Amino acid sequence: MSTADAVGAVLWVGATLYAVFAGADFGAGFWSFFAGRGERAERARDQVDHSIGPVWEANHVWLIFILVVLWTAFSEAFAAVFSTLFIPLSLAALGIVLRGTGFAFHRLAPSDRERRWYQALFGAASILTPFFMGTVIGAIASGRVPLGNAEGDAVSSWLNGVSLLTGALFVATGVYLAAVFLVSDSRRAGDEDLVQYFTARAMGAAVVAGAIAVAGIFVYHAEARYIYDGLVDEGLPIVIFSAICGAGALFLLWRGASRGVRELAVGAVVAVVWAWGVAQYPYLLPESLTVNEGAADHETLVETLIVFGAAVLLVIPSLVLLYVLTQRDIVAEEHEPIAGRE
Amino acid sequence: MPDAGSIANLLPDLLADSSQLLPARSQMAFTLGFHIILACFGVGFPAMMLIANYIGLRKQDSVALELAQRWSKVAAVLFAVGAVTGTVISFEFGLLWPEFTDRFGEVFGILFTIEGIFFFLEAIFLTIYIYGWKRMSGWAHFWSGVPVAICGIGGAFSVVAVNSWMNQPGGFTLGSDGKVTDVDPIDVMFNGAVSYEVPHMILAAYLAVSFMVASVYAVGMLRGRRDRHHRLGLLIPLTVGCILAPIQFFVGDTAAREIAKDQPIKFAAMECVEKTHRDVTEYIGGICTDDGVKGAIPIPGLDSFLVGFSTDTKVIGLESVPPDERPPANTLLHLSFDYMVGIGSALIALGAWFGFVWWRKRDIPQTKWFLRAVAVSGVATILAVEAGWIVTEVGRQPWIVYEIMRTEDAVTGANGIWVTFVIALALYAALGAAAIFVLRTMARRWREGEAQSVPYGPLDDEPASTPGGSE
Repeated sequence: MSTADAVGAVLWVGATLYAVFAGADFGAGFWSFFAGRGERAERARDQVDHSIGPVWEANHVWLIFILVVLWTAFSEAFAAVFSTLFIPLSLAALGIVLRGTGFAFHRLAPSDRERRWYQALFGAASILTPFFMGTVIGAIASGRVPLGNAEGDAVSSWLNGVSLLTGALFVATGVYLAAVFLVSDSRRAGDEDLVQYFTARAMGAAVVAGAIAVAGIFVYHAEARYIYDGLVDEGLPIVIFSAICGAGALFLLWRGASRGVRELAVGAVVAVVWAWGVAQYPYLLPESLTVNEGAADHETLVETLIVFGAAVLLVIPSLVLLYVLTQRDIVAEEHEPIAGRE
Repeated sequence: MPDAGSIANLLPDLLADSSQLLPARSQMAFTLGFHIILACFGVGFPAMMLIANYIGLRKQDSVALELAQRWSKVAAVLFAVGAVTGTVISFEFGLLWPEFTDRFGEVFGILFTIEGIFFFLEAIFLTIYIYGWKRMSGWAHFWSGVPVAICGIGGAFSVVAVNSWMNQPGGFTLGSDGKVTDVDPIDVMFNGAVSYEVPHMILAAYLAVSFMVASVYAVGMLRGRRDRHHRLGLLIPLTVGCILAPIQFFVGDTAAREIAKDQPIKFAAMECVEKTHRDVTEYIGGICTDDGVKGAIPIPGLDSFLVGFSTDTKVIGLESVPPDERPPANTLLHLSFDYMVGIGSALIALGAWFGFVWWRKRDIPQTKWFLRAVAVSGVATILAVEAGWIVTEVGRQPWIVYEIMRTEDAVTGANGIWVTFVIALALYAALGAAAIFVLRTMARRWREGEAQSVPYGPLDDEPASTPGGSE
């Protein structure tokens, strides 16, 4: 394994953590958006707030991490992706701004009407942001990003079957993970009604996400052959592992099990990310730029690994501390009085 | 041989190319100018809230604790907005300047990966601090906030070091093909401009936050709210600001001298120096024209003196380089620089006034004029930060990497930047208005004495784990 491969792996670890944790935060926005009206819906939204409030910003930082590692270690690929895919990436950035501010402001809104408005903004942006990010992944996977400054087609590069499907898949996996996490959080909060509420939704989302993944096999077969070949060859064990985890999680959800669902659901999603990585290897941009060709100066790569080592030593324990404090409600959202709801 | 048809096609292409530069620069300037305000709060505000928290714990002062708690809630809102506007900046490295990042990402990128760690830790510990008021013990909670202030400074170092590097690029070798080799991360990190630009910006962030926070309480006092809450809310940030203002003046003065040496053309534009000569007049204010500065207050010889402590010092003029290597908008640069120096001086004067009265009476000056001065100092300081970024960024033009890469060669080939720029304008205008509105709503609720939970309260007085507790 070359130094460039090691940095590529670091990038993939970041992408995995983003897909799981930020993906679930996006999915929580989806459930907030589609909860509807009524007492139960408000309770579901409160649970969403309570679950993601303390963690979403830290989870969001993985995106920054991916971007900076990408432009430090693989700047040629970064430039090619960001110039050709200017439109979906601008839309993703727009979504990030609307989502973050919508969430930050909604708890502090002066009236119920404004709170709902910010909440809707947060929810809608939570769906659009991962969708556009997914179209970017699809564009890369299907080899539609040529090297150079905006050399690819500005529109068809990301408005195609693979991109749309990958966008839908990123949304769906997040929605699924969010529902699974919300089942656990509701159970911890002692709200049996919400446990059932989110269990039903988690099962529905599992089926939809699975269906999109299966549809993906055909779409990738038609439009992203290199990745498809990798998925059914060296990536196959991971694909099967993902399917087993997904099926297992669905079974446990159906049984109403209180343990193991989260782990299996996360396993299913992590396996999808790594199956894609294995299928795409050794390419950074399939069939035009390999990891080694696109890598930075050796010294820069070594520094990147050192910084990642520091991140593992400093950030991971801090994140664990945050999650533990959150799960034990030592770090917990205070219920600020909201006008009109008291 | 190109035929007539391909030449006809070439022309619109060229126009399309060069037309991206202006919107790209506008969007970058606008989004960075917006983000820098929030970034200042990210860097400087945690220290302010920790000082209040420390006083509160040390002296069992419930007013100080209440201030710290409220400030942490404001910090939470500003940090959330800053996190997303900062993300926009990182997208723009690719969206607007892909050629820059493509060529030099491997050089300056390492600083951003370090910044990523600081940002991560800042986000994590700020969350613990903000959400930890009720259920953590006092000192444990205080210490959970300390990494936030440290990481704010560390993050500012990493990011501003990148800007310093753009001003004084080093730590790499350019091959004959223009490719970067032999990257030395330490030399990149401690490039020629770091030693003055980084402390200048960190101090600027602290000053901006100090005077912004103080100005809020000064306005409250002018409206007749002279309770201890307002007095302490004014006193803490104002003390910090007044101590740092003279230090900033010294750092800024050093920076200007270094710039005269390292980036003489930027300095010439700041001071409207056309021809290289000695005994250069310092112009305060005015408009820069081809034949001298109009409408300024001239002080003969001072510019030379400021650069080299002697009126005999030679100052390099704009005409020493070809016109296409000079920055645009000299008057803007000149006035921005003068404004920054003017505000720096005014803040020192304000601090002297405050210090003198405090020394004599152990009290905040009671006159309305003092409170009025503090009330405007916040916005004035923020504008000085903006002026400083105009000086460093516009002053470096036409270079994105000083004397190595021109900005026009860095810009994206993608179309539609005008569209994203207009969207960014509208979006950030709405965002700014909403943020101010939300903060004012919070302040109004606090004033109306809305029930607020007591810091470090008993564990069982609120079932925080029950969702829907607000029903």
